[in-house]
Amino acid sequence: MELADIPAILILVGIVAYAILAGADFGAPIWAVTARGEESNRLSESGHRSMAPVWEANHVWLIFVLVICWTAYPEVFGSIFSTLWIPLILACLGIIMRAVGYVAGGVSMSRAFTILAAVASLLVPFALGTVIGAIVDGRVPPGNAQGDIITAWLAPVPIAIGLILVASSAYLAAVYLAADADRRGEDDLASAFRTRGLVAGVIAGLLAAIGLIVLEKNVSAEFFDGLTSGLGLVAVIVSGVAGMLTLIMLWTRRFREARFMAAAAVAAVVAGWGIAQQPEMLPGLTIEQAAASDEVIIGLLVAVVIGLAILIPSLYLLYSLVLGGRFDPLSVPAADAAGVEEPLGPASRRALGFVLGAAGIGGLMLFVSDSGVTLYLGLALFLAGTAGGVVLLARSLVRTPPV
Amino acid sequence: MPPVLRPGDACPALRRDQQRQYHRRAEYSVGVLDLIAAAGDFAFGPGNSFPAVDQDYLLEARQMQAMSFVMHIPLVCFGIAFPSLVIFMEWLGLKTGKAHYTAIARRWSKVMITLFAAGVVTGTLLSFELGVLWPGFMAAFGDVFGLAFGLEGFSFFIEAIFISIYVYSWDRISPKRHILTGIPVIAAGITGSMFVIAVNAWMNNPSGFDVVNGEVTNVKPFEALFANGHLWPQLTHMYLAAYIVVGFIIAGIYAFAWMKGRRGAYFRTAMVVPLAVACIASPAQLLIGDWAARTVAEDQPIKLASFEGLYETTEGAPETIFGWYTEDNTIEYGIEIPKLLSLLSYHDPNATVQGLETVPEDDWPNINVVRLSFQTMVGIGTGLAMLSAWFLWIWFRRRKLPETKWFYRAVMVAGPGAVVALIAGWVTTEVGRQPWVVYGVMRTEQAVTGADGIVFGFAALLAVYLVLIGTVFWVLRRIARQPFPPEIAALEERGEGDHGTG
Repeated sequence: MELADIPAILILVGIVAYAILAGADFGAPIWAVTARGEESNRLSESGHRSMAPVWEANHVWLIFVLVICWTAYPEVFGSIFSTLWIPLILACLGIIMRAVGYVAGGVSMSRAFTILAAVASLLVPFALGTVIGAIVDGRVPPGNAQGDIITAWLAPVPIAIGLILVASSAYLAAVYLAADADRRGEDDLASAFRTRGLVAGVIAGLLAAIGLIVLEKNVSAEFFDGLTSGLGLVAVIVSGVAGMLTLIMLWTRRFREARFMAAAAVAAVVAGWGIAQQPEMLPGLTIEQAAASDEVIIGLLVAVVIGLAILIPSLYLLYSLVLGGRFDPLSVPAADAAGVEEPLGPASRRALGFVLGAAGIGGLMLFVSDSGVTLYLGLALFLAGTAGGVVLLARSLVRTPPV
Repeated sequence: MPPVLRPGDACPALRRDQQRQYHRRAEYSVGVLDLIAAAGDFAFGPGNSFPAVDQDYLLEARQMQAMSFVMHIPLVCFGIAFPSLVIFMEWLGLKTGKAHYTAIARRWSKVMITLFAAGVVTGTLLSFELGVLWPGFMAAFGDVFGLAFGLEGFSFFIEAIFISIYVYSWDRISPKRHILTGIPVIAAGITGSMFVIAVNAWMNNPSGFDVVNGEVTNVKPFEALFANGHLWPQLTHMYLAAYIVVGFIIAGIYAFAWMKGRRGAYFRTAMVVPLAVACIASPAQLLIGDWAARTVAEDQPIKLASFEGLYETTEGAPETIFGWYTEDNTIEYGIEIPKLLSLLSYHDPNATVQGLETVPEDDWPNINVVRLSFQTMVGIGTGLAMLSAWFLWIWFRRRKLPETKWFYRAVMVAGPGAVVALIAGWVTTEVGRQPWVVYGVMRTEQAVTGADGIVFGFAALLAVYLVLIGTVFWVLRRIARQPFPPEIAALEERGEGDHGTG
């Protein structure tokens, strides 16, 4: 693997994270429209409650993908965004409309807001799917708006991928919301989402099968071979199997496991795309040609490593609070309120001392040295200390009983 | 092909030393411009595969970008400044045990997350627009400044994660820990704005790369972004602006309640704390603004000349207030104050200030737009500083609030006024940078997309933004109308007063 490939892998990781985390954002309002009256309100309220604390963070993954792309492959970014500006702006408008729903608060949402959010929820995954489809189908030539701004994305492959993303978002949302409702003890809601998830899962599976046929008929032989041989084939099979398993788990009401399996199915198919898309990112432009200089990529990787050292514990904290039910309404007693351990016991206090010490010494080394081993050692110590601090804070928060 | 500045014929009217001054900050750009002449249109395309494309709607593209900034920047102010006010209130409540501080923090935290949500999506749009509207810029320079956005992305992550934790964990964790979860929000607000400003500072004062054969090479991203003299004045200027905007807007809302007779502990505190913050930041901003303007004078003399509408290079240049810059390069109806411009720009009444005449008219921004917005910003900023002096004088002399209703009326106007000054300031620096997207290196028309139909995107965006604005205001009103907890209601002289508080 070359240095130039690493940012591409980060982009794929970002896309997977965005798809499995924010994908559920865009599925939730679709389900609210499928019921009427009181049930619709309950579905949309349940979706709002699950998503509201996490949706902003979920959206940052999209920005992460964009930033890595324009820093590491500036020309690819400029080409994609100029030729595919229409679906990209549509996606963005959809994201804004979806946010209007969150801003409005979810509770006692009027039907108009529900429909607005549902339209946005269809629009965003579809539009972003067509962007991926246009790249897969080789419809984005390098250069400033060198592709056709309409037919580049309104073509069989982009449309097929757009539809698959809509279906899988709806599916992911149903699976996640069923798990959340189950955790909160709302069995009827869990059942409602389970049924919807089963329907959406079957539709998503069928669309994926049709999508493969569309791909075979349209994309370059090189891409299709990449997807149907070697590692690409492994990824596709893994995705298919994981998708099947999710349905079985949903059927048997093992919602938590279904959630992770659904995420795995999405991750596998994105990995397959990454494998098949090599070596050309855009027609006539390989990763090596498109990549920025080594110095830029190394700088970017340093930034990403620093960022991830802080981000991962923070995300862990957020999701452990959310999935642990700590943000659920207070009338629902937290399942594990009894028997939690002391938030900052002696062991934790000692750990806190270590962490602060490491960060302090590291910071001092950073401050006094401007090159060589001491600088890097200082940086490493400082980051480790900071990350450790966040972990400790996270642990103590998760373990404190609700007031 | 747009006419480009060539080193030989660019500044015929310049004396040798002035010529050096004009080119000093852009040493490489002389080399660049030589190469433009050699490489024709394709000066900035990596490998010449990203040529500039004709775009009839360049102005519309710029306006779409401008409108998106105008939506986003006031929200950024709330992202930077509001969390620390909220957390300060909660800390006061914890320290004193008085319920109204905590009640304020609770209510404000709902406002905070609503505005943050709007900030997230308007910010997402901006990052899309960088590519959709300015692909030439991104293709040529994305690698030079991308690092800062990468770091900003992580700041944004931290802010989004902890703002959620803060807002959703009221009553779920102990108050001390709750305050701790707010600290990362404040820190990420600082770092996030620093990284974005680093990119803007770089666009105004580019460095950290070479241009060889029309290609941007030898990129040193850290040097480009963080070894830049424009970063610190710009960041400080923006940071103070955020506190001024947020402080005066919130104080203005409660000043309205004050005028309506709601003057209990809750309303009084909710007005005085943001007001005090804004009143400390406003006078300081005059000094910081002076620092920022001197950096411009140093590195972007033509931009300074367009702030002032100064045509001729002048020794002991006067400052002209009001008026209109005309075709024949004079200012009509202006009031001239002798030597003030030299004094302000170089802290020397007889310093020479470079005029617009030293570069071709193609290299000028729209003088009247820049000049008017600069004067708006300075005028409002001065007014806010005077209002602050009024408040601080009364407060420190008599330990009480001014009695006259005119003070509260002035505070109500100060909020929107501060927003206007903020936007005028950004118009000054962004339009003042024109016709360059990367000052002295890449022109805006080389950056713009070649795609058709951008105007339709502009219209659709406008419609969606109207819905967003409407919803945000509706939600804020709804938050304002939520009834108070009983102990706060009892504190207020008129217990029913739970209206119009924001």
